[in-house]
Order: sequence, then structure tokens, then C-alpha cells
Amino acid sequence: MKRKWIILALVLIVPAMLFTVSCAKKTVSTEPSTTDATADDDAARQAELAKQAELDRQKQLEEERLAAERAERLKAEAMDRDLAMAKNRFLSENIYFDFDKSVLSDQAQELLKEKAMWMRANPDASVVVEGHCDERGTNAYNLALGERRAESAKTFLVNLGISGARMTTISYGEERPLDMGHNEEAWAKNRRATFVIE
Amino acid sequence: MTFSRWIAFWPVLLMLLPASVSAAQYNYIDISNPFLRKTPIAVPVFKVPAQDPAAMRTAESAAQRLAYYLEFTGYFTISDPSAFLEDPQTMDITGVGIRYRNWTVIGAEMLVTGGVEIREGEAQFELRLFDTVKQKMLVGKRYRGKPDDYNRVARRFCSEVVFAVTGSRGFFDSKLAFVSNGTGHKEIYLCDFDGSNVKQFTRHNSISLFPDWSSDGRWIAYTTYANKRPRIRMQHVKEKRWSGIDKPGLQAVAAWVPGQFKLAASLSFSGDLEIYLLTGNGKVIKRLTNSVGIDGEPTWAPDGKRLAFVSRRAGNPQIYILDTVSGRVQRLTFEGRYNTQPSWSPKGDRIAYSAMKSGVIDIFTIDPESGEAVQLTENQGSNEAPTWSPDGSLIAFSSTREGKSRIYVMTAYGTDQRRLLTLPGEQTNPKWSPNIVTP
Repeated sequence: MKRKWIILALVLIVPAMLFTVSCAKKTVSTEPSTTDATADDDAARQAELAKQAELDRQKQLEEERLAAERAERLKAEAMDRDLAMAKNRFLSENIYFDFDKSVLSDQAQELLKEKAMWMRANPDASVVVEGHCDERGTNAYNLALGERRAESAKTFLVNLGISGARMTTISYGEERPLDMGHNEEAWAKNRRATFVIE
Repeated sequence: MTFSRWIAFWPVLLMLLPASVSAAQYNYIDISNPFLRKTPIAVPVFKVPAQDPAAMRTAESAAQRLAYYLEFTGYFTISDPSAFLEDPQTMDITGVGIRYRNWTVIGAEMLVTGGVEIREGEAQFELRLFDTVKQKMLVGKRYRGKPDDYNRVARRFCSEVVFAVTGSRGFFDSKLAFVSNGTGHKEIYLCDFDGSNVKQFTRHNSISLFPDWSSDGRWIAYTTYANKRPRIRMQHVKEKRWSGIDKPGLQAVAAWVPGQFKLAASLSFSGDLEIYLLTGNGKVIKRLTNSVGIDGEPTWAPDGKRLAFVSRRAGNPQIYILDTVSGRVQRLTFEGRYNTQPSWSPKGDRIAYSAMKSGVIDIFTIDPESGEAVQLTENQGSNEAPTWSPDGSLIAFSSTREGKSRIYVMTAYGTDQRRLLTLPGEQTNPKWSPNIVTP
């Protein structure tokens, strides 16, 4: 029985002693290693890492900046394109009239509203409204009719709030047809009001 | 020009023909339509002294020109010389020994005799007009000038013949202005009444339209885009000076007031096209029309008080008459939906205009009092822009009857339609001048 206790004591105490010794030894031996040569290496590596991270971050920032710039440029280009298209449309979309008429059709009024938007967006632009007729009828009367057509387009824009001072009218009567044909298709194209930027 | 001075000083009545000629004149031409039955007239070659080939050449040319001008008036038909029973070089030309029966038997109701002598480079023309039925002389004139001046002698004498027969001076001192695009641009051109002697009047390389002569023949007003905008210019015919109208907007179709240095024109500076009375220098005197919409294409009655014009006030273009004294406006045309280009006859009794039906334009005349209209052109392309000769006997106009637009002439009754000239490009907007005293 006495022997059993000794064995138990040995079993319990010796490892415990061993444990305490090894622990003590470990704490003693590891502490100097961080403060000495191995500690310097570590710091360098850390700095290197940080530098790398900074570089990466900057590269990413640069890329983001470039991307943003590119997006900006594309947007500007798209806007320019839109502006150019709007301007183009302003200049190329004619207002058409019926024979011997200067009243504005629904379609003509929609187009004129679009033109009013463009003129509001471009407050510095002054425009000439040209009135034209087809070849039918007599040229003195057509000159007067062309003037009426240009005037009715101008008046519509003035009623939409565009300053009359920004618009002048000029009639060409039947003198400047778009289409030289002698048929209804050509005549319909020629009975028009055209916008020109001064 | 020396010859015009000659003409002014030298027309001499050979046999004393009193003013009674004008009392008898209406027997010859039926005023209601003088062109229906043309008077046959014989124009034998003028007589020259024997063996004078130079005088002969002048005599032949002069007689030919005279026959051409007589026929141009529309009143006469020229008798065929191959039927003549008399020898032009031996017959009597003074009247005492004329065998009238030899002319009536070939159908000639009138006879022109002439004599030409050339001495020291100066030609003397003796010309007479006889009524072969009544066997009497109606006109006798003597002219002096250069042998080459036979053309003007022929015109001057023809004017006398027309005066003796119709009581009106004719159009032999008149010109036409018109628009031609032969250079690629519409420019104003001038020519003599018969289409000869064409001259380019403007060189704007732009669009120039609607010429109109002042009644002294010294100014032409026209509409031009020479400075981009359609503006009226009053330009001197001979000298390099002009004035404009200092108003914005459209300036279209000027019409000089008869006998005055004033004109009417439609201007849009008020925002609406209205007709204004202006000085010859382009200053606004007063507004003549007052109606929203198109008012334009003025043309004056010879009294300078009434004005016909085109207005859209009834919904489509019609011709109206404005009495500028009372301010009263009356609608003249009711037929059709497109009546434009009024032109008041210098005689005052009719207004020529063009009417469009089914896309085709034809010329009509209308009585400004009764409104009764007569159609003058039909089935021959589009016929536009009528303008009267100064005596009201002929109407010039533009027509597409041969394809391209060209200038034609016809009598006031629509007979004898013929092309006046052929030029490159197309010709439009003719305007007859008054008889220009100093050509």
C-alpha cells in the first residue's frame, strides 16, 4: 500500500516537476530571442509588407482614378455626342407644311418643342428660320408664303418662351428646293421651314 | 446719240396732215377685238435713185424691218410681194400718181411707200402710209440719219402708222426687263420690245427677281438676295447708283406709281406682310393695306390712285382692288382658288392675272369694274407673269409650253402667241417698260 502511494506520488509529482522545470526553462529561453537578432529580421519583413501593401493600395487607387477618368471621358464624349446629335437634329429636322398653308401640324409642333428645348439649352445661339415652298404656284406669292411659314414657326417658339430677338426669318419662296423632282414626294419635302444657326 | 437728236429735230410732215387723222382712225381697227381681222398692208421695197446699190441695201433692209414691226403689232398682215402688180422702183410714191386699184385688187387695204437717198454718208428717208380703199394718204414723214439707222427709222414710222390706225402710240420705244438664270444665277436682263438687243442688267451672283420700271424708264426696282436677305433695290438704268429700303424682314415685289418717283412694295417688318407706299429713295410714306396674312404683288391703275394686289384674307390668294383715296378694298376675283400676278393695263380697262387650276397656270384678263374675266392661254404648259405693252395692245408672259420657261408675247385678246427670245437657261418675270423717251 505504501508503495502504491510512492508510485502515485512519483506519477503525479515528477511530471509536475518536469512541467514546472520545462516551463521555466522555456520562458527563460524564449524571451531573449525576440529582443535579439531574430527580432530585427521580423521588423524588416513587416516594413516590407507594409510598403508592398501601400504600393498595392496606391496602384489600386491609380487604377480606380484612371477608371473614373475613363468613365468621365466616356460620359463627356457621350454628352458631346448627344449635344452634337441634338444640334444636328435641330438643324436637320425640318418643319413641313401643306400646300398653300402656313399652319403648323401636330408633328411640326412636336418638332418645334424639341427645338425650343435645344434653344433653351443653348442660350447663346441665334438662329435663322428659313421658309420655303414647292415649285407650284407663282413665285411672288410663294415668296410671301415662305415668309408666313418662317414666321409661324418663329411665333410658335416665341410662345414657348424663346426670345424673338434670337430668331430672324428669311423666305426663299420656291427659289431653293431641296428636291428637284416634279412630283408630290418632292413637293412635300420642299414645303418646309429650316433652321440655321447664325 | 446723234441720231436721236436727228429724229427729234427732223421728223417733218411732208403733206400737211392735220390732227383730223386721229378723228378718222377708229374706222380702221375694230377696238373690241382689233386682232381678229388683220388689215392687209403692202410694204414694197423703198424706191432709190437709179444705180445706187448702197441706197438699195438700206432701202431693202428698212422695208423689211418695217414689215416685221408692222406684223409684230398684231394689227396687220403683210401682203405677198410676189403678187404685186406695181414695180416698187418705178411706181409713184408721193401719192399723186398711185394706182390704188392695183393694190386693192391684190387685197392690200393699206400701202406704205418709201424713198431712200444717200448723200455724203447721210441718208434721207421719205415714208408714207396710204389707205388704198379710201384712196388717201394717212401719214407722211421724212427722217434723216446714217444709213445704218434704218432700224430706228422703221420703228419710228411704224409708231406713226399704229398711231394713225389705232390712236395710240404703240410700244416702239419700249423695252422689257426679265429674269434669266443662264449664268447659273437669277439675274435681271433687259431687251428691246421685240426681244432683240439683250443686255444683262444685274451681276449679283445671287437671286434677283421681279423687276419693275419707273414710268420715266430711268429706274428699275427689283428684289435681290445680293446682301443675303430679300431686299428691294431701286437702281438707275444708266448710272451706277441705287438705293434700298432700310427695313428688316422680307421686301418683295415693288411697283412704281405711274408718273411719280414713288413706289408700292410689300414689307414684313411689322411681323406681317403689308403693302406700303414709299418714296423712290426707299422712305416709307404710309401703310396701304391692313389685314393679317399675305398682302402683296401691287400693281397701279394708270390714275395712280387705285391699286390691285393679291391677298390671302379670304383663305386663298385672290385679287383685290384698293382705292388709296377712300381706303376702300374690294375683292375682284372669285373664280378658282389661286389668282395671283395682277397687272393693270396702261389703258386702265383691264387687269391681266394668272390663275392656277389643277396645278396648271393660265393667263386671264378681267374687267376691274364688272369682274368679267376672259382666258387667254390654254393647254400650253404653264403661263405666268403677264405684263402689258405701254399701249395696252400686247401682253408679254412666261410659258413652259416648249419645256423650259421662256418669254412669249400675245395680243391683249390672246391671239398671235409667239416666243420673244431664246436664251440659255430659263426666263421668267417679264416686265414691260413704258415708252422710254430717250432710249
